[in-house]
Amino acid sequence: MGEAAQPFVDLRGVSLVYGQGDEQILAVESLDIQIAKGEFVAVVGPSGCGKSTLMKLVTGLLPPSAGAVFVGGDRVSKPIRGVGMAFQNSILMPWRTTLDNVMLPLEIVEPYKRELRRERAKYIARAEQLLASVGLGGFGARFPWQLSGGMQQRANLCRSIIHEPGLLMLDEPFGALDAFTREELWAIMQQLWLDKRFTAVLVTHDLREAVYLADTVYVMSKRPGRVILRKQVDLPRPRTLEMTFEPGFVEIVHELREMIVEVRLS
Amino acid sequence: MNASNRQMQILMPWLVTVAMFLVWEVACRLFNVPQFILPAPSKIIGAMSEYPVPIMQNALQTLFTTVIGFVLAIAAGLLLGLAVGASTLVYNGLYPLLIAFNSIPKVALVPVFVIWFGIGTVPAILTAFIISFFPILVNVATGLATIEPEMRDVLRSLGASKLEVLTKAGIPRSLPYLFASLKIAITLAFVGSVISETVAANDGIGHLMLTASSRFDVPLVFAGLVVVAAMGVALYAICAAFERRMTRWAFRGSELISGG
Repeated sequence: MGEAAQPFVDLRGVSLVYGQGDEQILAVESLDIQIAKGEFVAVVGPSGCGKSTLMKLVTGLLPPSAGAVFVGGDRVSKPIRGVGMAFQNSILMPWRTTLDNVMLPLEIVEPYKRELRRERAKYIARAEQLLASVGLGGFGARFPWQLSGGMQQRANLCRSIIHEPGLLMLDEPFGALDAFTREELWAIMQQLWLDKRFTAVLVTHDLREAVYLADTVYVMSKRPGRVILRKQVDLPRPRTLEMTFEPGFVEIVHELREMIVEVRLS
Repeated sequence: MNASNRQMQILMPWLVTVAMFLVWEVACRLFNVPQFILPAPSKIIGAMSEYPVPIMQNALQTLFTTVIGFVLAIAAGLLLGLAVGASTLVYNGLYPLLIAFNSIPKVALVPVFVIWFGIGTVPAILTAFIISFFPILVNVATGLATIEPEMRDVLRSLGASKLEVLTKAGIPRSLPYLFASLKIAITLAFVGSVISETVAANDGIGHLMLTASSRFDVPLVFAGLVVVAAMGVALYAICAAFERRMTRWAFRGSELISGG
Protein backbone atom coordinates (compact mmCIF):
# COMPACT_ATOMS: atom_id res chain seq x y z
CA MET A 1 0.00 0.00 0.00
CA GLY A 2 1.40 3.40 -0.91
CA GLU A 3 2.11 6.04 1.68
CA ALA A 4 -0.38 8.39 0.11
CA ALA A 5 -3.10 5.82 0.72
CA GLN A 6 -2.06 5.15 4.29
CA PRO A 7 -0.52 7.96 6.30
CA PHE A 8 1.85 7.06 9.14
CA VAL A 9 -0.13 9.06 11.69
CA ASP A 10 -3.84 9.34 11.04
CA LEU A 11 -6.28 11.22 13.28
CA ARG A 12 -9.88 10.71 12.22
CA GLY A 13 -12.51 12.91 13.82
CA VAL A 14 -10.70 12.93 17.15
CA SER A 15 -12.24 14.79 20.10
CA LEU A 16 -11.22 14.82 23.72
CA VAL A 17 -13.30 15.79 26.73
CA TYR A 18 -11.60 16.43 30.05
CA GLY A 19 -13.36 16.14 33.38
CA GLN A 20 -16.72 14.77 34.37
CA GLY A 21 -20.32 15.93 34.84
CA ASP A 22 -20.88 19.68 34.78
CA GLU A 23 -17.20 20.50 34.61
CA GLN A 24 -16.54 18.90 31.27
CA ILE A 25 -14.15 20.73 29.01
CA LEU A 26 -13.93 19.99 25.33
CA ALA A 27 -10.18 20.25 24.73
CA VAL A 28 -9.99 19.34 21.06
CA GLU A 29 -12.78 18.75 18.57
CA SER A 30 -12.99 16.63 15.42
CA LEU A 31 -9.34 16.73 14.51
CA ASP A 32 -8.49 15.29 11.13
CA ILE A 33 -4.76 15.21 10.62
CA GLN A 34 -2.80 12.94 8.31
CA ILE A 35 0.97 12.79 8.58
CA ALA A 36 3.07 10.90 6.05
CA LYS A 37 6.04 8.81 7.09
CA GLY A 38 9.11 11.01 7.41
CA GLU A 39 7.09 14.20 7.37
CA PHE A 40 7.90 17.07 9.74
CA VAL A 41 4.69 18.62 11.03
CA ALA A 42 4.30 21.68 13.19
CA VAL A 43 1.17 22.56 15.15
CA VAL A 44 0.68 26.18 16.13
CA GLY A 45 -2.14 28.00 17.81
CA PRO A 46 -3.08 30.33 20.66
CA SER A 47 -2.27 29.14 24.14
CA GLY A 48 -4.71 26.66 25.61
CA CYS A 49 -5.79 25.37 22.22
CA GLY A 50 -5.03 21.78 23.08
CA LYS A 51 -1.66 21.43 21.37
CA SER A 52 -0.23 19.35 24.18
CA THR A 53 -3.43 17.31 24.30
CA LEU A 54 -2.82 16.49 20.66
CA MET A 55 0.61 15.11 21.58
CA LYS A 56 -0.88 12.83 24.20
CA LEU A 57 -3.57 11.65 21.82
CA VAL A 58 -1.11 10.73 19.10
CA THR A 59 1.14 8.81 21.49
CA GLY A 60 -1.77 7.04 23.15
CA LEU A 61 -1.11 8.54 26.58
CA LEU A 62 -4.72 9.78 26.45
CA PRO A 63 -7.52 7.83 24.78
CA PRO A 64 -9.74 9.99 22.54
CA SER A 65 -13.35 10.59 23.63
CA ALA A 66 -14.48 10.28 20.04
CA GLY A 67 -12.87 9.32 16.76
CA ALA A 68 -9.77 7.21 16.35
CA VAL A 69 -6.00 7.56 16.14
CA PHE A 70 -3.95 5.30 13.89
CA VAL A 71 -0.18 5.10 13.92
CA GLY A 72 1.58 2.92 11.37
CA GLY A 73 -1.77 1.47 10.36
CA ASP A 74 -2.68 0.26 13.85
CA ARG A 75 -5.38 1.79 15.98
CA VAL A 76 -3.86 3.37 19.09
CA SER A 77 -5.48 2.08 22.27
CA LYS A 78 -2.60 2.23 24.73
CA PRO A 79 0.68 4.17 24.90
CA ILE A 80 2.61 3.29 21.76
CA ARG A 81 6.14 2.11 22.35
CA GLY A 82 9.44 3.54 21.29
CA VAL A 83 8.27 7.10 20.68
CA GLY A 84 10.80 9.88 21.21
CA MET A 85 9.57 12.78 23.30
CA ALA A 86 11.00 16.13 24.30
CA PHE A 87 9.29 18.78 26.40
CA GLN A 88 9.94 22.42 27.14
CA ASN A 89 11.32 21.35 30.50
CA SER A 90 14.27 19.08 29.76
CA ILE A 91 13.49 16.72 32.71
CA LEU A 92 16.84 14.99 32.63
CA MET A 93 17.41 12.74 35.60
CA PRO A 94 19.68 14.58 38.05
CA TRP A 95 21.15 11.36 39.43
CA ARG A 96 22.45 10.30 36.03
CA THR A 97 25.30 11.80 34.07
CA THR A 98 24.41 13.45 30.78
CA LEU A 99 25.66 10.41 28.90
CA ASP A 100 23.60 8.02 31.03
CA ASN A 101 20.57 10.25 30.51
CA VAL A 102 20.99 10.05 26.76
CA MET A 103 21.39 6.26 27.04
CA LEU A 104 18.09 5.88 28.91
CA PRO A 105 15.93 4.88 25.89
CA LEU A 106 18.44 2.16 25.01
CA GLU A 107 17.72 0.57 28.39
CA ILE A 108 13.99 0.44 27.66
CA VAL A 109 13.36 0.13 23.93
CA GLU A 110 13.88 -3.16 22.10
CA PRO A 111 16.04 -4.37 20.41
CA TYR A 112 18.58 -2.17 22.19
CA LYS A 113 17.52 -3.27 25.65
CA ARG A 114 18.28 -6.88 24.81
CA GLU A 115 21.67 -6.08 23.36
CA LEU A 116 22.72 -3.37 25.76
CA ARG A 117 24.90 -5.63 27.87
CA ARG A 118 26.77 -7.02 24.88
CA GLU A 119 26.92 -3.86 22.81
CA ARG A 120 27.49 -1.40 25.63
CA ALA A 121 30.71 0.05 24.20
CA LYS A 122 29.09 0.56 20.80
CA TYR A 123 26.07 2.29 22.33
CA ILE A 124 28.22 4.54 24.47
CA ALA A 125 30.16 5.54 21.37
CA ARG A 126 26.88 6.25 19.62
CA ALA A 127 25.61 8.41 22.47
CA GLU A 128 28.87 10.31 22.59
CA GLN A 129 28.75 10.85 18.85
CA LEU A 130 25.22 12.16 19.11
CA LEU A 131 26.20 14.49 21.94
CA ALA A 132 29.10 15.74 19.84
CA SER A 133 26.77 16.41 16.91
CA VAL A 134 24.76 18.85 19.03
CA GLY A 135 27.88 20.52 20.39
CA LEU A 136 28.06 18.63 23.68
CA GLY A 137 31.19 16.61 22.90
CA GLY A 138 33.09 15.94 26.13
CA PHE A 139 30.18 16.86 28.40
CA GLY A 140 28.85 13.31 28.77
CA ALA A 141 30.39 12.78 32.21
CA ARG A 142 28.82 15.92 33.64
CA PHE A 143 25.59 15.88 35.53
CA PRO A 144 22.66 17.72 33.93
CA TRP A 145 22.57 20.27 36.71
CA GLN A 146 26.13 21.21 35.85
CA LEU A 147 24.96 22.26 32.37
CA SER A 148 23.23 25.45 31.24
CA GLY A 149 19.59 25.39 30.15
CA GLY A 150 20.49 25.31 26.47
CA MET A 151 22.92 22.45 26.99
CA GLN A 152 20.32 20.50 28.95
CA GLN A 153 17.85 20.94 26.12
CA ARG A 154 20.40 19.63 23.61
CA ALA A 155 20.95 16.57 25.76
CA ASN A 156 17.19 16.20 25.95
CA LEU A 157 16.98 16.18 22.13
CA CYS A 158 19.72 13.55 22.01
CA ARG A 159 17.77 11.39 24.45
CA SER A 160 14.62 11.71 22.35
CA ILE A 161 16.24 10.41 19.16
CA ILE A 162 19.05 8.05 20.23
CA HIS A 163 16.87 4.99 19.73
CA GLU A 164 15.99 6.21 16.22
CA PRO A 165 12.26 6.43 16.89
CA GLY A 166 9.84 6.25 14.02
CA LEU A 167 7.92 9.08 15.65
CA LEU A 168 9.33 12.08 17.47
CA MET A 169 7.04 14.31 19.51
CA LEU A 170 8.35 17.75 20.41
CA ASP A 171 6.34 19.87 22.85
CA GLU A 172 7.80 23.38 22.68
CA PRO A 173 11.29 22.03 23.27
CA PHE A 174 12.92 25.37 22.45
CA GLY A 175 10.37 27.50 24.29
CA ALA A 176 12.41 28.34 27.38
CA LEU A 177 15.64 29.22 25.57
CA ASP A 178 17.10 32.55 24.55
CA ALA A 179 16.66 33.57 20.92
CA PHE A 180 20.20 32.73 19.79
CA THR A 181 20.30 29.31 21.40
CA ARG A 182 16.86 28.61 20.01
CA GLU A 183 17.88 29.39 16.43
CA GLU A 184 21.01 27.33 16.83
CA LEU A 185 18.94 24.37 17.97
CA TRP A 186 16.55 24.78 15.02
CA ALA A 187 19.49 24.19 12.73
CA ILE A 188 20.62 21.20 14.78
CA MET A 189 17.09 19.78 14.78
CA GLN A 190 16.80 20.18 11.02
CA GLN A 191 20.13 18.45 10.50
CA LEU A 192 19.14 15.53 12.73
CA TRP A 193 15.89 15.20 10.82
CA LEU A 194 17.62 15.36 7.43
CA ASP A 195 19.99 12.61 8.59
CA LYS A 196 17.42 10.23 10.08
CA ARG A 197 14.11 11.23 8.43
CA PHE A 198 11.90 10.30 11.35
CA THR A 199 8.31 11.46 11.45
CA ALA A 200 8.17 14.50 13.69
CA VAL A 201 5.36 16.47 15.32
CA LEU A 202 6.41 19.80 16.77
CA VAL A 203 4.07 21.77 18.98
CA THR A 204 5.09 25.40 19.22
CA HIS A 205 3.84 28.96 19.47
CA ASP A 206 6.78 30.33 17.51
CA LEU A 207 5.68 30.77 13.91
CA ARG A 208 9.19 31.26 12.53
CA GLU A 209 10.23 28.05 14.20
CA ALA A 210 7.26 26.21 12.73
CA VAL A 211 7.89 27.43 9.19
CA TYR A 212 11.65 26.89 9.44
CA LEU A 213 11.37 23.26 10.55
CA ALA A 214 8.12 21.90 9.15
CA ASP A 215 6.88 20.51 5.87
CA THR A 216 3.33 21.16 6.95
CA VAL A 217 2.01 23.61 9.53
CA TYR A 218 -1.35 23.12 11.17
CA VAL A 219 -3.04 26.11 12.79
CA MET A 220 -5.42 25.33 15.61
CA SER A 221 -8.28 27.44 16.94
CA LYS A 222 -8.95 28.48 20.50
CA ARG A 223 -10.47 25.88 22.80
CA PRO A 224 -12.01 23.64 21.74
CA GLY A 225 -9.06 23.15 19.42
CA ARG A 226 -9.88 22.50 15.79
CA VAL A 227 -7.62 22.59 12.77
CA ILE A 228 -8.45 25.78 10.90
CA LEU A 229 -5.58 25.90 8.45
CA ARG A 230 -3.22 23.39 6.90
CA LYS A 231 -0.28 25.11 5.27
CA GLN A 232 2.27 23.34 3.12
CA VAL A 233 5.77 24.83 3.40
CA ASP A 234 7.55 24.17 0.13
CA LEU A 235 10.80 25.94 0.87
CA PRO A 236 13.93 24.02 -0.14
CA ARG A 237 16.08 22.22 2.44
CA PRO A 238 18.36 22.58 4.21
CA ARG A 239 16.81 25.86 5.26
CA THR A 240 19.08 28.54 6.62
CA LEU A 241 18.50 31.27 9.16
CA GLU A 242 18.99 33.85 6.40
CA MET A 243 16.01 32.36 4.60
CA THR A 244 13.79 33.22 7.53
CA PHE A 245 14.14 36.87 6.53
CA GLU A 246 13.44 36.36 2.83
CA PRO A 247 10.05 37.32 1.34
CA GLY A 248 8.83 33.78 0.59
CA PHE A 249 9.39 32.74 4.22
CA VAL A 250 8.07 35.94 5.74
CA GLU A 251 4.92 35.69 3.63
CA ILE A 252 4.06 32.29 5.08
CA VAL A 253 4.73 33.49 8.62
CA HIS A 254 2.44 36.47 8.01
CA GLU A 255 -0.32 34.30 6.66
CA LEU A 256 -0.17 32.05 9.73
CA ARG A 257 0.01 35.04 12.03
CA GLU A 258 -3.06 36.66 10.56
CA MET A 259 -4.94 33.42 10.93
CA ILE A 260 -4.04 33.19 14.61
CA VAL A 261 -4.83 36.83 15.31
CA GLU A 262 -8.22 36.22 13.73
CA VAL A 263 -9.04 33.19 15.86
CA ARG A 264 -7.84 34.93 19.00
CA LEU A 265 -10.22 37.82 18.40
CA SER A 266 -13.19 35.73 17.32
CA MET B 1 34.82 30.05 52.25
CA ASN B 2 38.37 30.47 53.48
CA ALA B 3 40.31 27.99 55.62
CA SER B 4 39.70 29.58 59.01
CA ASN B 5 36.01 29.92 58.25
CA ARG B 6 35.82 26.24 57.40
CA GLN B 7 37.60 25.39 60.64
CA MET B 8 35.03 27.43 62.51
CA GLN B 9 32.23 25.48 60.83
CA ILE B 10 33.73 22.22 62.07
CA LEU B 11 34.49 23.52 65.57
CA MET B 12 31.18 25.25 66.08
CA PRO B 13 29.05 22.28 67.21
CA TRP B 14 31.69 21.35 69.82
CA LEU B 15 32.00 24.90 71.05
CA VAL B 16 28.26 25.32 71.45
CA THR B 17 27.92 21.99 73.28
CA VAL B 18 30.77 22.78 75.65
CA ALA B 19 29.34 26.25 76.23
CA MET B 20 25.94 24.78 77.09
CA PHE B 21 27.45 22.44 79.67
CA LEU B 22 29.48 25.32 81.11
CA VAL B 23 26.40 27.52 81.50
CA TRP B 24 24.59 24.58 83.08
CA GLU B 25 27.46 23.93 85.52
CA VAL B 26 27.78 27.59 86.48
CA ALA B 27 24.02 27.99 86.91
CA CYS B 28 23.81 24.95 89.16
CA ARG B 29 26.59 26.24 91.40
CA LEU B 30 25.48 29.85 91.36
CA PHE B 31 21.85 29.17 92.31
CA ASN B 32 22.68 26.20 94.49
CA VAL B 33 20.32 23.90 92.62
CA PRO B 34 19.80 20.70 94.63
CA GLN B 35 21.32 17.64 93.04
CA PHE B 36 18.04 15.70 92.97
CA ILE B 37 16.40 18.48 90.91
CA LEU B 38 19.10 19.16 88.37
CA PRO B 39 22.57 17.71 88.82
CA ALA B 40 25.47 19.74 87.46
CA PRO B 41 27.41 18.25 84.52
CA SER B 42 30.34 17.55 86.83
CA LYS B 43 28.07 15.37 88.96
CA ILE B 44 26.81 13.58 85.84
CA ILE B 45 30.37 12.87 84.77
CA GLY B 46 30.99 11.65 88.29
CA ALA B 47 28.10 9.21 88.00
CA MET B 48 29.43 8.03 84.65
CA SER B 49 32.87 7.30 86.06
CA GLU B 50 31.32 5.61 89.07
CA TYR B 51 29.32 3.08 87.00
CA PRO B 52 31.15 2.77 83.67
CA VAL B 53 30.42 -0.93 83.16
CA PRO B 54 26.65 -0.90 83.84
CA ILE B 55 26.26 2.19 81.68
CA MET B 56 28.23 0.59 78.88
CA GLN B 57 26.29 -2.67 79.03
CA ASN B 58 22.91 -0.98 79.12
CA ALA B 59 23.91 1.45 76.39
CA LEU B 60 24.89 -1.45 74.16
CA GLN B 61 21.54 -3.12 74.85
CA THR B 62 19.68 0.07 73.91
CA LEU B 63 21.83 0.55 70.84
CA PHE B 64 21.12 -3.03 69.82
CA THR B 65 17.34 -2.82 70.16
CA THR B 66 17.28 0.61 68.50
CA VAL B 67 19.34 -0.43 65.49
CA ILE B 68 17.38 -3.65 64.96
CA GLY B 69 14.09 -1.75 65.21
CA PHE B 70 15.44 0.91 62.88
CA VAL B 71 16.57 -1.61 60.27
CA LEU B 72 13.16 -3.30 60.38
CA ALA B 73 11.56 0.13 60.02
CA ILE B 74 13.66 0.86 56.93
CA ALA B 75 12.64 -2.43 55.34
CA ALA B 76 8.94 -2.05 56.13
CA GLY B 77 8.85 1.69 55.42
CA LEU B 78 10.57 1.21 52.08
CA LEU B 79 8.32 -1.62 51.02
CA LEU B 80 5.06 -0.02 52.10
CA GLY B 81 6.21 3.42 50.92
CA LEU B 82 6.89 2.05 47.44
CA ALA B 83 3.50 0.35 47.39
CA VAL B 84 1.65 3.41 48.64
CA GLY B 85 3.56 5.78 46.35
CA ALA B 86 3.27 3.64 43.24
CA SER B 87 -0.40 2.73 43.40
CA THR B 88 -3.29 5.04 44.21
CA LEU B 89 -5.34 1.95 45.00
CA VAL B 90 -2.95 0.90 47.76
CA TYR B 91 -2.69 4.52 48.87
CA ASN B 92 -6.44 4.92 49.25
CA GLY B 93 -6.83 1.57 50.93
CA LEU B 94 -3.93 1.75 53.34
CA TYR B 95 -3.43 5.39 54.21
CA PRO B 96 -6.34 5.94 56.64
CA LEU B 97 -5.28 2.83 58.51
CA LEU B 98 -1.67 3.95 58.66
CA ILE B 99 -2.65 7.39 59.93
CA ALA B 100 -4.86 5.80 62.57
CA PHE B 101 -2.02 3.54 63.58
CA ASN B 102 0.44 6.39 63.78
CA SER B 103 -1.96 8.41 65.96
CA ILE B 104 -1.81 5.81 68.72
CA PRO B 105 0.61 6.87 71.49
CA LYS B 106 3.37 4.32 71.17
CA VAL B 107 3.90 4.10 74.91
CA ALA B 108 0.37 2.68 75.12
CA LEU B 109 1.43 -0.19 72.91
CA VAL B 110 4.28 -1.32 75.13
CA PRO B 111 2.04 -3.18 77.62
CA VAL B 112 0.42 -4.96 74.67
CA PHE B 113 3.82 -6.04 73.36
CA VAL B 114 4.71 -7.21 76.85
CA ILE B 115 1.59 -9.38 76.98
CA TRP B 116 2.52 -10.85 73.62
CA PHE B 117 6.26 -11.24 73.95
CA GLY B 118 7.13 -10.80 77.62
CA ILE B 119 9.33 -8.03 78.96
CA GLY B 120 12.80 -7.28 77.59
CA THR B 121 14.34 -7.04 74.16
CA VAL B 122 11.43 -7.80 71.84
CA PRO B 123 9.05 -5.02 73.03
CA ALA B 124 11.94 -2.53 72.82
CA ILE B 125 12.73 -3.52 69.24
CA LEU B 126 9.05 -3.41 68.28
CA THR B 127 8.51 0.01 69.86
CA ALA B 128 11.59 1.40 68.12
CA PHE B 129 10.33 -0.10 64.87
CA ILE B 130 6.78 1.13 65.12
CA ILE B 131 7.69 4.67 66.10
CA SER B 132 10.27 5.13 63.36
CA PHE B 133 8.74 3.45 60.34
CA PHE B 134 5.99 5.95 59.62
CA PRO B 135 8.20 8.90 58.60
CA ILE B 136 10.17 6.58 56.32
CA LEU B 137 6.99 5.32 54.66
CA VAL B 138 5.56 8.82 54.17
CA ASN B 139 8.78 10.18 52.69
CA VAL B 140 9.34 7.31 50.29
CA ALA B 141 5.73 7.56 49.13
CA THR B 142 6.12 11.32 48.66
CA GLY B 143 9.28 10.86 46.62
CA LEU B 144 7.52 8.42 44.34
CA ALA B 145 4.35 10.45 44.01
CA THR B 146 6.26 13.57 42.97
CA ILE B 147 7.83 12.17 39.79
CA GLU B 148 7.38 14.82 37.11
CA PRO B 149 4.40 13.87 34.90
CA GLU B 150 6.56 14.61 31.85
CA MET B 151 9.16 12.12 33.08
CA ARG B 152 6.43 9.51 33.35
CA ASP B 153 5.18 10.38 29.85
CA VAL B 154 8.65 10.08 28.37
CA LEU B 155 9.17 6.68 29.97
CA ARG B 156 5.72 5.39 29.11
CA SER B 157 5.95 6.43 25.49
CA LEU B 158 9.31 4.68 25.28
CA GLY B 159 7.39 1.57 26.29
CA ALA B 160 8.59 1.30 29.88
CA SER B 161 6.69 -1.09 32.13
CA LYS B 162 5.38 0.03 35.51
CA LEU B 163 8.33 -1.72 37.11
CA GLU B 164 10.75 0.12 34.84
CA VAL B 165 9.17 3.48 35.66
CA LEU B 166 9.67 2.54 39.30
CA THR B 167 13.30 1.44 39.02
CA LYS B 168 14.47 4.05 36.50
CA ALA B 169 12.70 7.09 37.91
CA GLY B 170 10.71 6.36 41.06
CA ILE B 171 13.27 4.79 43.34
CA PRO B 172 16.23 7.08 42.51
CA ARG B 173 13.81 10.01 42.80
CA SER B 174 12.72 8.98 46.28
CA LEU B 175 16.21 8.24 47.64
CA PRO B 176 16.85 11.77 48.95
CA TYR B 177 13.45 11.64 50.65
CA LEU B 178 14.34 8.28 52.15
CA PHE B 179 17.62 9.51 53.56
CA ALA B 180 16.05 12.67 54.92
CA SER B 181 13.54 10.49 56.73
CA LEU B 182 16.23 8.18 58.10
CA LYS B 183 17.71 11.06 60.04
CA ILE B 184 14.36 11.68 61.72
CA ALA B 185 13.62 7.98 62.11
CA ILE B 186 16.87 7.09 63.88
CA THR B 187 16.28 9.64 66.65
CA LEU B 188 12.69 8.43 66.98
CA ALA B 189 13.90 4.84 67.21
CA PHE B 190 15.92 5.76 70.31
CA VAL B 191 12.84 7.34 71.84
CA GLY B 192 10.93 4.14 71.15
CA SER B 193 13.38 1.70 72.66
CA VAL B 194 14.06 3.86 75.74
CA ILE B 195 10.31 4.27 76.36
CA SER B 196 9.85 0.53 76.17
CA GLU B 197 12.82 -0.14 78.45
CA THR B 198 11.45 2.32 80.96
CA VAL B 199 8.10 0.56 81.05
CA ALA B 200 9.11 -3.06 80.81
CA ALA B 201 12.67 -4.33 80.66
CA ASN B 202 15.44 -5.72 82.79
CA ASP B 203 18.21 -3.92 80.97
CA GLY B 204 18.86 -1.03 78.63
CA ILE B 205 19.39 2.65 79.36
CA GLY B 206 15.68 3.16 80.02
CA HIS B 207 15.74 0.48 82.70
CA LEU B 208 18.95 1.91 84.16
CA MET B 209 17.32 5.35 84.44
CA LEU B 210 14.21 3.90 86.04
CA THR B 211 16.23 2.03 88.67
CA ALA B 212 18.43 5.06 89.27
CA SER B 213 15.45 7.35 89.77
CA SER B 214 13.84 4.93 92.21
CA ARG B 215 17.03 5.24 94.25
CA PHE B 216 16.94 9.05 93.82
CA ASP B 217 20.30 8.77 92.03
CA VAL B 218 19.44 11.70 89.78
CA PRO B 219 22.99 12.18 88.40
CA LEU B 220 22.86 8.61 87.06
CA VAL B 221 19.45 9.31 85.49
CA PHE B 222 20.99 12.26 83.70
CA ALA B 223 24.03 10.20 82.75
CA GLY B 224 21.60 7.87 81.00
CA LEU B 225 19.98 10.78 79.18
CA VAL B 226 23.37 12.07 78.04
CA VAL B 227 24.40 8.64 76.79
CA VAL B 228 21.15 8.25 74.80
CA ALA B 229 21.58 11.73 73.35
CA ALA B 230 25.19 11.00 72.38
CA MET B 231 24.25 7.75 70.68
CA GLY B 232 21.44 9.56 68.87
CA VAL B 233 23.84 12.19 67.55
CA ALA B 234 26.34 9.53 66.49
CA LEU B 235 23.80 7.50 64.53
CA TYR B 236 22.32 10.66 63.04
CA ALA B 237 25.80 11.59 61.81
CA ILE B 238 26.22 8.15 60.26
CA CYS B 239 22.87 8.49 58.46
CA ALA B 240 23.79 11.98 57.26
CA ALA B 241 27.18 10.79 55.95
CA PHE B 242 25.46 7.92 54.18
CA GLU B 243 22.95 10.33 52.69
CA ARG B 244 25.68 12.55 51.27
CA ARG B 245 27.41 9.58 49.71
CA MET B 246 24.33 8.02 48.16
CA THR B 247 22.57 11.12 46.87
CA ARG B 248 25.34 13.49 45.95
CA TRP B 249 23.21 14.80 43.10
CA ALA B 250 20.59 16.11 45.51
CA PHE B 251 23.19 18.44 47.06
CA ARG B 252 23.95 20.19 43.81
CA GLY B 253 27.13 22.15 43.91
CA SER B 254 27.49 25.60 42.45
CA GLU B 255 29.80 24.36 39.70
CA LEU B 256 27.52 25.56 36.90
CA ILE B 257 29.07 25.94 33.50
CA SER B 258 28.24 29.14 31.72
CA GLY B 259 27.39 29.42 28.06
CA GLY B 260 24.69 27.70 26.05
